[in-house]
Order: sequence, then C-alpha cells, then structure tokens
Amino acid sequence: MTEPSAQAANAPSLTGTSAYNHSEPITFIRQLRYAGVAMLLAFGLSMPLLALKLSQDISNHLIVEQRFLLLASAMLIAFACGLRWRLFGLRSQWPAEALYLVLSALLLFFLIRAFHGLGSLFEATLDKGGSEFLIALGLLACGTALQSALAYALHVERDRWAAALPAMPEGLAARFGGHCAKHANTGALVALVAFPFLMLALTGTAGAIKWVDNFGVQILIYIMLGWGLNIVVGLAGLLDLGYVAFYAVGAYAYALIATQVIPATFPALGVWAFWICLPIAGLLAALWGVILGFPVLRLKGDYLAIVTLAFGEIIRLVLVNWTEVTKGDTGIQTPRITFFGLPFASATGDRTFGEVFGLSGSPTIYRSIFLYFVILALALLTAYTTNRLRRLPVGRAWEALREDEIACRSLGIDTTSTKLTAFAIGAGFGGFAGAFFAARQGFINPKSFEFIESATILALVVLGGMGSLLGVALSAFAVIGGTELLRELDWLKSIFGPTFDPAQYRMLIFGAAMIAMMIWKPRGLISEREPSIFLKERKAVSGTLVKEGHG
Amino acid sequence: MMFRVPKTPPGAPLLIVEHMTMRFGGLIAINDLSFTAKAGEITALIGPNGAGKTTVFNCITGFYKPTSGRMALIKGTHDPAQIVATTRLGGRWSPGATQPQTPGVFLLERMPDYEIAAKARVARTFQNIRLFPGMTVLENLVVAQHNQLMQAAGWFTGLFGAASYKAAERQAVEKAATWLDKIGLTARADDAAGALPYGAQRRLEIVRAMCTEPVLLCLDEPAAGLNPRESAELNALLRAIRQDSGVSILLIEHDMSVVMEISDHVVVLEYGTKISDGTPEHVRNDPKVIAAYLGVEDEEVGIRDQGPGIRG
Amino acid sequence: MEYFIQQTVNGITLGSIYGLIAIGYTMVYGIIGMVNFAHGDVFMMSSFIALIFYLVLTQILGITSVALALLIVLILGMLLTGLWNWMIERIAYRPLRGSFRLAPLISAIGMSIFLVNLMQVIQGPNNKSVAPLVTGFLTLGTAGGIVIPYKQILIVAVTGGLLALFWYLVQRTPLGRAQRACEQDIKMAALLGIDVDRTISITFIMGAALAAVAGLLYVIQYGSVNISDGFVPGVKAFTAAVLGGIGSLPGAVLGGLMIGLIEAMWGGYVSADYKDVAAFSILAVTLIFRPSGLLGRPEVEKV
Repeated sequence: MTEPSAQAANAPSLTGTSAYNHSEPITFIRQLRYAGVAMLLAFGLSMPLLALKLSQDISNHLIVEQRFLLLASAMLIAFACGLRWRLFGLRSQWPAEALYLVLSALLLFFLIRAFHGLGSLFEATLDKGGSEFLIALGLLACGTALQSALAYALHVERDRWAAALPAMPEGLAARFGGHCAKHANTGALVALVAFPFLMLALTGTAGAIKWVDNFGVQILIYIMLGWGLNIVVGLAGLLDLGYVAFYAVGAYAYALIATQVIPATFPALGVWAFWICLPIAGLLAALWGVILGFPVLRLKGDYLAIVTLAFGEIIRLVLVNWTEVTKGDTGIQTPRITFFGLPFASATGDRTFGEVFGLSGSPTIYRSIFLYFVILALALLTAYTTNRLRRLPVGRAWEALREDEIACRSLGIDTTSTKLTAFAIGAGFGGFAGAFFAARQGFINPKSFEFIESATILALVVLGGMGSLLGVALSAFAVIGGTELLRELDWLKSIFGPTFDPAQYRMLIFGAAMIAMMIWKPRGLISEREPSIFLKERKAVSGTLVKEGHG
Repeated sequence: MMFRVPKTPPGAPLLIVEHMTMRFGGLIAINDLSFTAKAGEITALIGPNGAGKTTVFNCITGFYKPTSGRMALIKGTHDPAQIVATTRLGGRWSPGATQPQTPGVFLLERMPDYEIAAKARVARTFQNIRLFPGMTVLENLVVAQHNQLMQAAGWFTGLFGAASYKAAERQAVEKAATWLDKIGLTARADDAAGALPYGAQRRLEIVRAMCTEPVLLCLDEPAAGLNPRESAELNALLRAIRQDSGVSILLIEHDMSVVMEISDHVVVLEYGTKISDGTPEHVRNDPKVIAAYLGVEDEEVGIRDQGPGIRG
Repeated sequence: MEYFIQQTVNGITLGSIYGLIAIGYTMVYGIIGMVNFAHGDVFMMSSFIALIFYLVLTQILGITSVALALLIVLILGMLLTGLWNWMIERIAYRPLRGSFRLAPLISAIGMSIFLVNLMQVIQGPNNKSVAPLVTGFLTLGTAGGIVIPYKQILIVAVTGGLLALFWYLVQRTPLGRAQRACEQDIKMAALLGIDVDRTISITFIMGAALAAVAGLLYVIQYGSVNISDGFVPGVKAFTAAVLGGIGSLPGAVLGGLMIGLIEAMWGGYVSADYKDVAAFSILAVTLIFRPSGLLGRPEVEKV
C-alpha cells in the first residue's frame, strides 16, 4: 500500500498549511518507527498524569496510586495507531480515522467487559493483577486486526469518502439556503410548534417533561443566546467573551424585581412578575451593554475580547460577593412563570391554570409546555429582529464593519454608535433570555453565569457559521442536544459495569467535539452568507470571502 | 442626482490646505504643506515614493490628525474671513454649515474621519483596495448610502417595514444600478465584491465613494496595478465623473500618463515638502521636479511606474 | 509599615507566578496571534505533574533532600508539560493555522474544556493538598518585624533566575532570533528558510516549560492542586499579558507583578472579596486609556 501524494494534495485542505510529503515509500520498518514514536509520546503524555493518581489514604494523607496497566494500555493503543499513521493518512482522512478509533475503542471496552467484567478500563489498577494486562494485549491485537481490515475497506473507498464528507455540509447549506428556504422554515416552524404535543403523545407526561423541558427549552434558550451573540460576533464582528454578563443581568433583574421591588410596591402584580420584568430585564441588559460597551469599543480584536471577559467576570464576582443584595452563592428563589397571571401551581389556593381550563394532572407538564412556547416566541422574535435588522442600514453597517472598519469610516458611518447598537441589541436579547432562565429555574445563583457559558455560546456562533441564523440553530441543536443526550447514557453502565460514570465524559466529549468541529469546518456549519439585498438574483456569498472582523 | 446646494462655483477654492505638518515621532512626514484644490478640477498629488502623499490624504480624510495646520473645505463661496472666524470660534464648522442651504466652511483637521465623509462630503478610495469583500457589489453601494438611508429608516422604525424606508431603499438601489451601468458591472451586481477581478474592484471602489455624493473625491493611486486598457477605462470614468457630477477630484498617481492627461493642476511633493505646484505643463518643465525624479529627462518622467506595491 | 512590606512580598510572589504563566500567553500571541485559552489548564496540569513527581520522589523513592527533589521535579515537569503543549499545538492549533481567526480561539476553548475534564476523569475532581513543601522563614529586624517565608524567597529567586535564562534564550540565540523573526513577519521568515512549524512548536514548549515552573511554585506556595485551579490563574495571567502589552515579554512580567501587587494590596487593605474585581477593573481602565497595554507598541492604524 502506498500513499499517493497526488491524492493527499487533492484531498480538501483541512490543514491550511504545509501538506505532508508522502513521497517516501512507506515500509513496515518506517511504520514501526512511527508506532514506536507514538508509544513513547503516549508514555510521556500519560506518565505522571494517567499512570499515577493522587489520592488520599485512610489517614487523609496524599499518596500516589499506581496505575501502570492503564499506562501500558495507553501506550499500546498509541502503538496501534502509530502503526497505521500515514498509512491511512490521518490528516486527510480523519473522519474515517476517528470513526474507526471509536469503533475499535468500543470493541475493546465490550470485549473487556465480556471477558472479565473488569468495569471501566479507567478503574484498572495494578493490584487487580497482571491478567488484565494480557487480556488487553490480546484484545488490542484483535482490535488492530479489525482496524486493518476496516482500514483496507475504507482505503478502497477513500476517494469517495474524501469527496463526500467535506462536500456534504455545503450541499446541505445550499439546499437550506436556496429556494427551499421558505418551505424549510415553514416546516421547521410546524415541527417546533408540534414538538411538545408530539412528545406528550409519544412519551406520556413524565417523558414529555423531560423532552420538552430538558431538551426543547434548554436548546431554545441556547439558540436564543446564540442568536443574540450572533448579532455582536457574527454580524458586527466584535469578539465578545463576556456575553454571559448580560444573561446574568437579565436573570438578576427578574429575580430582584420579582422578589424585592414588586412585593414592596404592588404586591397584587406578583402573578404578573415575569411579564413585567421581561421587558425591564431586556432594557437593563441593553443599558449595561451600552455602559460596558461605550468605553471599550475603540479597542480592537483580542483586547476587546479580554476586556469583555473581564467585565463578565466582574459582574459574576459582584454577584458572588454582594451578598446583601444578591445573596451570593446561596442564590435567590424566583417566582415561577404564570400563564398570563394564572399560576400553574398555587400554595395559597388561588385558582390555577389546571383548574381554570379543567385540566387535571401534574401542573409541571403544563408549565413546561408553556415555558417552551414562551422561549420559542422569544427566540423567534430574536430571529425576526435579526433578519429585519440585516436589511436595514444599521444591520448592513454591522456587516460592513465586520468586513472593513476603515472603509466604513471613509463612507461616513459612525462606527462607534454602530458598534454600540450591536452591543446593546445583542445584550438586550441576552437579558430576555436571562429573565426567562430565572423564571424557568425558579432559582438562580452566580454558578449559572460562569465563563464557560460565554465560551459555549460563542462556540455555538462560530460552530454554526458566523452570521447564519440557521447555522447557529443547528449547532445549538447538535451541541446542547448532544450534551444533554450524553446525560442519558446510564445504559452504558450495563456494559462497563456499575462503577462507570458516563456523566463525567460529557464535557470531555464536548471539548473534544469543539476541537474536531473546528478542524473539520473552521468557518462553521454554514459559512455562506446570504446577501441582504439583490438586484436580479439572490446568490449566497462564499464563506471564504466573508471576513471575520477585527473588533 | 441630488447635490449639495450651494455648490462651490467651478474654479473657486474648494479645499484650502495651509501649513500642514505631520510628525510621526521624530520623523517629519509632511512639512509645512500648503495648496488649494479648486472646485470642478482634478488636482493631482505626485512625488517619489515615500514623499508623504498618502499621509496628506489620510490627514485630509481624518484618518490621521495633522500635527499642525489647517484644512478648510469650502461650501459655497470662498470667504477668508469666515475661515478665520470659524477657527477662532473653535467649532468644527461654521454655524449652520451642515444645513443644506447654508454656505460655510468645514475645518477638516478638527473632524473625525466619519464626519468628514458624512458632513463635509469628502470621499476617498484606498491604495490597497478596501471593499467589503464578503458583501455583494450591490450591497457595497447600498452601504455607501448609509447616512441617507439612516435618515429614512431612523434607528428602528424600519424594523416594522415602514413604507418610507422601502421607498428610500428602492431609490438607493436605483442609484447603485445607475453607477453599475457606468462601470459595466450590472451583470455582476449580485456577486461578492471580493470575487471581482482587480480592475473591476478598483472601479467599484471609486463608484462606491461616489455613492456617498461627495463634493471632493480623493483617489489614492486608482491606476495602480491596472493594465493599459483598464487604465484607459479609468481615465474615461474619471472624466465622466467630473463632467456629469461636477465633483472635484484629488488624485495621487504614479502613472504619469494618467496624471498629465486628466489633471488640471499638479502638486509635487518630495520628502514631505512641496517642490512644485501648477499646471501639468508647468510641473513637467520644473527643474526641481525633474531633479526629484532622479534627474531623468522629462520625457522619461512619463514612464509608467509599475506595480501595486508602490507607496505614496 | 510591616504589613505593607508583607503584602508587597505576597504580591511579588503571586505576581511571579502570574508573570511566568503570562509569558506563555504573550509568546504564543506574539508569534501566531492567537489567544491560547488552554494555557491556564496546561499550568494546572503542570501543577499536578509537579505534585505527583514530588510525592513519588519523597514517598516512593525516599529522597530526603527537599532541594534535590524540587530540582528533579522542576526539570521533569518542564519537560513533560512541554511535551503536552507540543501535542496540544500539533493536534488542535496547527491544522487551523492561517485559517479563520476565531477558529483557533474556539479550538483553544475546546481544548481547555477537554483538559479540565480529562484531568477530572483521570485524577478525580477533589482538591489534593499536602503538607508545606518548604518550611521556615526569614525574620528581618527585631521580633515582630517582617517575616518572609523561605518559600516566597525561593519563588522569587527561581522566577528571577529562569526569566534571565529565558531572556538570554530569546535575545541571544539563533532560536530566539527565529522566534522574533516569526513574530515580525511569519511569511517572510518562512521564505528566508526559517522552519516556522518548528519555531512555533518550540514557542509552545517554552511557554509550557515556564508554566510548569509556575505550577511547581504554585504547589510550593499553596500546597494544593485542583482541576479548577487553571482557569482563574490563567485568566489573571492573560490579563497580566494584556496589561503589560500582549506580545511584549518584559510587559508580561511587569503585568504579572502588577496584577499580583494589586491583588495583594486590595486584598490586604480594602476587601479580600473584591480583589479579583480590582484586578479586572484595573485591566479595563488601563486598556481604555492605553489600548496597547503598558509596554506594548502603540499601533498606528494602517490606512
């Protein structure tokens, strides 16, 4: 088997820079050398961290627990991968490679479980004896054989893989972005509206609560946040790493007004708290957007990013430490959302939603469905506004700003106020989402507003494709839905043993997926840009021409 | 086309630059430069590489603040007393100068860049083209009409699809289409600007600047990197712009065939200092200019200076 | 007065650690213009590596000399952390070089999340603390005078020494010259025959090595490690790098010291709760009035 360099060159450039020189003939000795290097690398990388674990002994002293079996396994896996490094062209063919690694890893786990009932491989320790080591070795041999077979099969198919894989999303994008867009939108809307009822019919009340609340509402919150940040990052090209600050402002605005201000002034309006606070929260967040934005908007690029990050952290730290008002980490109980003044559950004997509409059963499901429609409406409002704004001078100025700020100024565009509007509107939507979040949770504390949230929202925007509403929605659906789905992996315990805790791999996979997505599609799922106006024919602009902004 | 009234009458001073000096740290990029650009004329700014031509442009369009000096843009009839009075008063322009009907004067050195474009109506292009590459050709021209459209849309009334905004947008598209016709890019109106060939990008950038309805158009080496055919097209476009719209042009150019052919007035810079100022004929025969161009014979001054990498 | 000097010493100690981490940020930024968000987590991993090796050396191999143990830990830690960062660059950043500006940033955030959770899986989520590694202190003046623990003297001394070595590397060796050339113009450097990939890899390794020093010093100072200890020092070090002028090596150290001092002084005199707020606020104010940082070259906008 040789690696034709022409194919490597034809393969879509995932790397951007220097392609590998494949002209050297691939010999078994060379492969062995790669494998050896990979094994040594694995040794170096996992030497203290994987092989030795810090743990407490009975007297609470820190001791080092030795897990050399784990180290050996890691090295063996690296060796196996190294054997096939370049043989299969990891760089030009990584999706296939990744698939196949996952497959062989799974196989390994299954077999370990089947043969020995060892439990998670990560639980393996030296004191459990050397037999596992031999088993792992044997399994790895099986795995490698399977890998080679699979590699051969895929190798035969490699051209088709290489052509099809990266082309797929473009095709999808074109289909979504093309003349089908209208139908797609209508279809999506119908599906979104029908979703909670469908779930109720399919999974019953308990299942529906999970699907509607954990999935539907959760994903929609992130879609809305992603769309809000998309205005700042995707359209105006301003890198904001502190977006969660506005989400926090919205949430705390709701919590404080609903628990402090309204009971003290107009207690009768208590049931309307959410509906009163929602616009206030949005406006307050927008105001904060202006207050924070004004001094920093002349900063460029990464300076802007770090200052927004700093502001995000300042707001969170104030929420943690200003205990007289925010109650710090203890958090605030917030009143639940009402059906336009009609509570879903009442401790004081007020008429509830269920009673008025003659619906029996748990109020939670009605509340969940109602919450779902509220956030759906809010998200659609965000999408509508963004779409309108893109066709207005201010929206076009945002995109022009992202493309070239100096040219904007030469055309008489007041860049400061243009940036400030983007900041304020983006912040405002964050505030709406925050108020909704507080009303949905019934409890908030600063833990919900850490940097990781800002990072996740930013990741949604970039993974989706900057500026693309559909892209952001798709990425939120995949990322948030996917990580929520990872919560549902308890069945894996039946395979890997009861000590296996799938939950702890959730964020690990999330992080790895972010890296993989970026390498696969650096410009996001939908990188094409829809023009805001056209003379004869609407043609999408290729993502490679669209600039990402320097602000 | 709508033009600002009162117009500065042709032949009267439009831009008066006085004693402009620009220092970058210890380096004096422009040294006590004074010149006047007249309305309806094409004024060329030439000089060897590094003479400070682009710096002059950046000062006039507000991207740099000159260390000292005055740049007055006249709207209506030239009135030296008004310039002095405005300078004394400390404002950025004479009272009422931003109102459509009032004559006045703008002191460009006091205005930020976007205001110079929006209020004083000085438009410019860049040596290394600065289009919005990810936006379509049409969008580029519509963005250029930002301020007019902003007035029609307000900040947010357009959100609800106000009819007045729709009409304004239609007008903007019509204007864009007219200009696209002139530069032969109508067929490519819906393509990304970044996908156009180089020469078309140059023309589009000039036309985009024209969409802001300037009184003074500053072109920084518009012929750089163009082939002879494109260069000739550019000459035609510039002449047409001056004839049809009466806009005055300030031009930095290395291509002497363009300079000598179309300009009415030439200012020559060397090391930031003005060494000659007059008609093309006068400048061509000025021994200082000939010396500045490395002592070459005047015919050879006309040799085309090549390459887009030339810095003014 | 004693209290003031005490806080100053605390601030310089803390600032040394921030400064060492900040250099990793600033070098990577200087050379490829990306914010390596995972750098704080690399630092966190290095503190684990340091603590594990220290325990192995003292508990299992029975080395009794603390100084010797620390020296071995330092060298091993620098090597292995360097290896980690090399691998991180190779996998997550190099494929994205020359691509869309935000892609490496997102990849770095992903890497940061990945590393924290990897450490959680393989080392467990709880705090690991040990008895102080370096004990004893120096008393200046009479009784009740200024008390400076040896560990703080050690930290400042090690930082100073390594920074000098590092400065020599960057200013006086061909490697440093290659790095500075890449910083100025990466394409031109490549055209002139500099192996850009290699230079960038070495930059990552050097940044990680200094982070490993910071990791060991962190263990000496605080005597505990935790998987979540990467984020806050990381952000503060990044803040320090920006404050000093990102891309500037002396700036990173100066910024680190400033952040350390601000934190110590604010924590000591005003309110311990708000010390981080003070650090971030000063960053914001500095950048608003001096957008390119303290020692950064003011950027002339190219038109």
